Amino acid sequence: MTEYVPVLLFLLVAIGFAGGTIGLSSLIVPRRRNAVKNSSYECGVEPVGDALQRFTVKFYLVAVLFILFDIEAVFLYPWAVTFRRLGLYGLIEMALFIVILFVGYVYLLRKRALEWD
Amino acid sequence: MTLALFAAFAALLVGCSLMVILHRNPVASALFLVLAFCSLAGLYLLLHAEFVAMVQVIVYAGAIMVLFLFVIMYLNLRHDVEQGIAVAVRRGAGWILGILLLAETVAFFKGRWAEGPVSAPDLAPVAGNTQAIGQVLYTRYLFPFEITSVLLLVAMVGAVVIAKGRGPGLHPAAPAADAAADAKAAAPDHAGGEA
Repeated sequence: MTEYVPVLLFLLVAIGFAGGTIGLSSLIVPRRRNAVKNSSYECGVEPVGDALQRFTVKFYLVAVLFILFDIEAVFLYPWAVTFRRLGLYGLIEMALFIVILFVGYVYLLRKRALEWD
Repeated sequence: MTLALFAAFAALLVGCSLMVILHRNPVASALFLVLAFCSLAGLYLLLHAEFVAMVQVIVYAGAIMVLFLFVIMYLNLRHDVEQGIAVAVRRGAGWILGILLLAETVAFFKGRWAEGPVSAPDLAPVAGNTQAIGQVLYTRYLFPFEITSVLLLVAMVGAVVIAKGRGPGLHPAAPAADAAADAKAAAPDHAGGEA
C-alpha cells in the first residue's frame, strides 16, 4: 500500500487546493452584479434556447468509435508489461489483433464515416 | 490506514450512487456516476487489483460514461424534466427492479463467501496484477483475446451502418423534418469549431 501514499497525498493536495481556492474566493470576492457584467462579451454569443435538445445521431458514431479504440488501448497495457517475457510470439499476436482492428479503421475511412457531411 | 481508505472510498461511492438516483438533472447524475466509478477504482486498488482499477477508470469512467452522456443527449430531456415520465411507469419499474434487487441480495447472502486471500496457484510468480493478467491473457487465453478484436470490428461496422446508413458515403434516407433537425443541431457545433 505504501507506494500509493504519494498518489493519495497528491489527491488530497489537489482537492484541498481546488476547494480552498474556490471557497476562499467566494468568501472574499465583492458581489456587485449588474446587467453589463452578466452579459456575454468578446466572442460570447447570446444563447438561443437551452441545451436540453436532441442531438444528431452522428455523435453516436463518435462515441462508439471512442469506446472501441479505448478498449483496444486497454488490451495494450497488460501486453506492454509482459512484452519481454512473451517475445516474438507476443509481438505477432498483438500485430494480428491490431491488424484486425485496422481493417475496421480502413472500413471507416472508406465509408467516410469520420467526415462530417 | 487501509480501513480508513476503504471507509472513505466506500462512503464516497455510496454518496455518489445516491446522488445519481436522487439528482433531478440527468447530466449531473451521469457526472456523479463518474465519481462513483472513480471511488470504485479506489476500492479495487485497495484489493491490489491494479489492472481492474485502471480499466474501471479508462473504460467505465471514460468510454462508457461518454456513451451514457451521448444517450442522454439523444433523449428528449425537456419532456422528462418538465412533465416527468408517467408516475405509474416509474412506480412499476421501481417495484420490479426493487424486487429483483431484493432477490439478488438474498441469493448473495445465502451463497458462500471467499474468506481470506484467493490465490491462483498455477501462475508463475510475477511482479504485479497487470503482469499476471498479461501472462495468461496472451498465452492461455490467446484465442478469446484475438476473437475480441473481431467483436470490436463487428461493433465498429454496426455503428457505422446505424449512424451512416448503407452504401458508400450515402445519407440515410431521412424525412425532411429529420434532416432539418439535423442541420439545426449540427450548426452550433460547426460555428464553435470555426471560432
